[in-house]
Amino acid sequence: MMEHIRTPKVENVRLIDRTAPRKATVGTLYLSATHTIFVENNPETRRETWVLHSMVASVERPPTTPSGSHLVVHTKNFQVVQLLIPQERDAMDVQASLARLSRPEKYSELYCLSINPNANKEEREESWSFLDLQADYRRMGVPNNLWVSTPANSEYRVCDTYPSELFVPKSATPPVIVGSSKFRSRGRLPVLTYFHQDTLAAICRCSQPLSGFSARSQDDEQMLEAIMKSNPSSDYIYVVDTRPKLNAMANRAAGKGYENEDHYTNIKLQFIGIENIHVMRNSQQKIIDVGELKTPSMGDFLLGLESSGWLKHIKAVLDAGVFIAKAVAEEGISVVVHCSDGWDRTAQACSVASVLLEPYYRTMKGLMLLIERDWVSFGHKFSHRYNHLEGDSKEVSPVIDQFLECVWQLSEQFPCAFEFNERFLVQLHRHVYSCQYGNFLGNSQKERRDMGLRERTHSLWHQLWKDRAQYANPLYRADHTQTQGMLRPNTSPYCFKMWKGMYNRVEKSAPPRQTPTDLLTAVREETQQLEEELTNHQEVAPGGTANPGTKQEDCSPEEGGSN
Amino acid sequence: MEFSEHIKTANVEDVVLRRPFHPPMQGTLCVTGHHLLFSNRDGDSSRLVLLLLRNIDAIEKRPSGSSGTITLKCKDLCVLQLDIPGMEECLNIARSIEYLSSLDIVSDMYPFFYRPLKLSLQDQWGLSSAEQNYAQMEELQDRWRLSHVNKDYSVCPSYPPAVIVPHSIDDETLVKVAKFRQGGRFPVLCYYHRKNGMVIMRSSQPLTGANRKRCREDELLLQAVIDGSGLGYIIDTRSNQQAQQARMTGGGFESKSSYSCWKRLHRQLERGKVLQESLIKLVEACGDHSHSVDRWLSKLENSKWLSHVHTALATAGLLAECVERDGHSVLVHGSEGTDTTLLVSSLAQLILDPKTRTLAGFLGLLEREWLLAGHPFQQRCAHSAYSHARLRLEAPVFVLLLDCVWQLARQFPLAMGFSEPLLLRLAMEVYASDYGTFLCNSDQERCAAGVKERTHCLFQFLLKPSERERYSNPLYEPTELAIWPSVQPQSLQLWRGLFLRWTQHAVHLEKAQEELRNLVIECRGAS
Repeated sequence: MMEHIRTPKVENVRLIDRTAPRKATVGTLYLSATHTIFVENNPETRRETWVLHSMVASVERPPTTPSGSHLVVHTKNFQVVQLLIPQERDAMDVQASLARLSRPEKYSELYCLSINPNANKEEREESWSFLDLQADYRRMGVPNNLWVSTPANSEYRVCDTYPSELFVPKSATPPVIVGSSKFRSRGRLPVLTYFHQDTLAAICRCSQPLSGFSARSQDDEQMLEAIMKSNPSSDYIYVVDTRPKLNAMANRAAGKGYENEDHYTNIKLQFIGIENIHVMRNSQQKIIDVGELKTPSMGDFLLGLESSGWLKHIKAVLDAGVFIAKAVAEEGISVVVHCSDGWDRTAQACSVASVLLEPYYRTMKGLMLLIERDWVSFGHKFSHRYNHLEGDSKEVSPVIDQFLECVWQLSEQFPCAFEFNERFLVQLHRHVYSCQYGNFLGNSQKERRDMGLRERTHSLWHQLWKDRAQYANPLYRADHTQTQGMLRPNTSPYCFKMWKGMYNRVEKSAPPRQTPTDLLTAVREETQQLEEELTNHQEVAPGGTANPGTKQEDCSPEEGGSN
Repeated sequence: MEFSEHIKTANVEDVVLRRPFHPPMQGTLCVTGHHLLFSNRDGDSSRLVLLLLRNIDAIEKRPSGSSGTITLKCKDLCVLQLDIPGMEECLNIARSIEYLSSLDIVSDMYPFFYRPLKLSLQDQWGLSSAEQNYAQMEELQDRWRLSHVNKDYSVCPSYPPAVIVPHSIDDETLVKVAKFRQGGRFPVLCYYHRKNGMVIMRSSQPLTGANRKRCREDELLLQAVIDGSGLGYIIDTRSNQQAQQARMTGGGFESKSSYSCWKRLHRQLERGKVLQESLIKLVEACGDHSHSVDRWLSKLENSKWLSHVHTALATAGLLAECVERDGHSVLVHGSEGTDTTLLVSSLAQLILDPKTRTLAGFLGLLEREWLLAGHPFQQRCAHSAYSHARLRLEAPVFVLLLDCVWQLARQFPLAMGFSEPLLLRLAMEVYASDYGTFLCNSDQERCAAGVKERTHCLFQFLLKPSERERYSNPLYEPTELAIWPSVQPQSLQLWRGLFLRWTQHAVHLEKAQEELRNLVIECRGAS
């Protein structure tokens, strides 16, 4: 990557505080293979601002002014870094370098693949063995006498965007499995994603059927029949099509579409109306713009929020999750969820339902497992959606952003129900884009396996776990009533707020505000420290100290200054 | 007066009561002079629901066959429903409620009948006197004096008997100044900033009129305020245009030529009818649960309530900035000086003065800046957001204050000694109360009606140990610093605790608050 750096260092650069443009700090700008780094000249503070190249969304250069050239760097996690560079030439060089550095053309240019994989071999292997997806299926009670594992996809032959291990109804024969997959877009046949042990109802996912106006497949019909029979107490299933009905109907002209209720016996079809990735991409751009308004009036802000449509889309995703969760937990009815390809809206709806249904998915480890299952293993196209490599901009869309925001909106309604805090979600969001870890590279399990990512990169999950102290929600208690059972959120429009911690992390010049949870965490730490000191007085542990602090082992410096 | 002549049907059996958070309940309904009483005997347990009639803002009756349904919309924004067997009974009860919920005569109101065992009428009424306040502020006494020129309320009917004015201005001058200010509200001190000796003054508009009349005494008084410090600011809570127009009706503003050492800043704060309509629209939006996100946001925007919160906090911030950062004294007024003036001056004090952020300090601030300063509570809070009555003088200025204070407390969760439940309680008490505190429109009226002898004082009650605990903030960590609110629209939020109080949503938030409270107490106990 070094060859793309036209100028590695520029002096007398000003870092401009957007909320107080007159307050700028002077320093030196460095471009490394992986980061843009601004170091303040002030010898007392020497504050550093780091921006990872892969986090850069765009670099604008407004017309040059007498005092120099401005560069406005927008990051993929909605931060803005504004620099003033004295010489126009330097500014153009930095802009050109960043434009190239932030748009890698092949995976090998990515940060996580640029480090020596064997430097910390043991640690690397440990990081990947931290999460065990199969153990989570076992925790749900799968396999059992209703749902079994099938080897059909062990070589990714039935569906190359699905995981190798799939759970299907016990009564589904291999011909039915293969036949059903042939009748589904991209072979994404209906398989189990969540099993509810109390009601024996299941959530299954798939892509749209290739039904067109009249086509049918007995195998696919038998597959859905088998899913219904795997829930002994019910005599029908829901098929949730998460698309607006018009979109689903339009797909029929292309030989796709939705299940014909005349052909499938005992299904109830339900449309939810989550918009497609293009609508979501445009909507998010509008809410980012609202977050960046400089001095909006209350009217500008509220109207901007309304016209972005963003909260409406968040509500649609949450409503889909609520529908599925209620069907499973309250009615005891199994649900088959799909959209078009079954890797965007389907992933959103299924994972929101899991968060609502199962307290475990509201813990840190549980949420990691959920993302690993519904998003990573089931072939959500991370590299396409989050623009990891220079590619088709029409493939980019904030799909997982919306899932994380649904979790945040829920945590605002149920502040005691989640083990993690907002920072955890913000950090997850960041790493979906950052490519610092191998977890989200590529577009399917098969691609990741072919790239040998486990051998070449580290896993994010283990790192988050090691840092879990800073992601803990002090209000969470495993025994609290809010923590138990299913969450029944209110999805009235007034319950949805703009996620300020995501879209509006400004006000650097304002003094840091203390929050109750910060205070609580501080008080707790203090208490713990006092207790430890007390213990130390009573007994000196072997080796002198009673509790060696946890070692900080981040593989890169954090973006300290710009956070 | 005899209430019984307005109660044709006092008791009805087999009434069904429906209200938020509770399953429908069958029982006996009883109307008294001041309350609706609903009791239900279910085996051994009996339950009683008591509703102050004054709390009822609007009543709707709907006949269905031989029975009728009454919907009660309360000033605390709760909506209840009564299913009453018997059409005649239903109509009688509705008529009683309509009459008894809107009594005009102060001495007929419930606080004059409220006699709890735990309280005595001999207890102190009010928190402190002007004399006590003045005596506590030694550092201002060489330049400021306590004047009793208004001891019989003759100079300014809406002012308290004693006020603080510059030492060099004698009572005779004050009388002349009062004649030059609307309603006699001459400039008085309301806050002294210890750090730099600057002050906040408040008044009503000067009566300059179309002929640009001047008043030497008024100019002298203001000159005395900034004696030595050179320049003062006047924050006019009207737009420049509104201030100009006020001259046509005898009002006006301090012109540059007559008050050369004072710089005028105009910030338009809405008042009166506009504010009341804003509240009505907001409550209407919050009550409609059927609409989409788009429609909700559009209705929220259309109500303009958050814009009013924004302007009030921004203006208070400006005022505080003039005093603390720029080191200038400030006079604040609008037209009458009894509404937005008080809003801005009390918010600025909360920003600047840590003493006003304790529970007792905050109630003291409300007593000085709202009750004694003559905010016409009875006129402003006769009706709330549901009433179909024609609007007269209603305006939720005090509710707006509470909302702004809530925003401050949300942004600085550790800086306030009191908690959200206190603000919610005040928002309710100001409309319908067992206590006499918010009765009448001025100190003079309260004295004339015997409020201080014949009713109990809410503020004294709230400071009793049992109540104090309920309303104090467990996270409170006093800070001497000014608390500068962020007034970016993104930083201001709808006060869900008040406006969505009767939804499940508020219940979750309340539970979380309680959890937080318990955890902090637990943690503090451990360390």
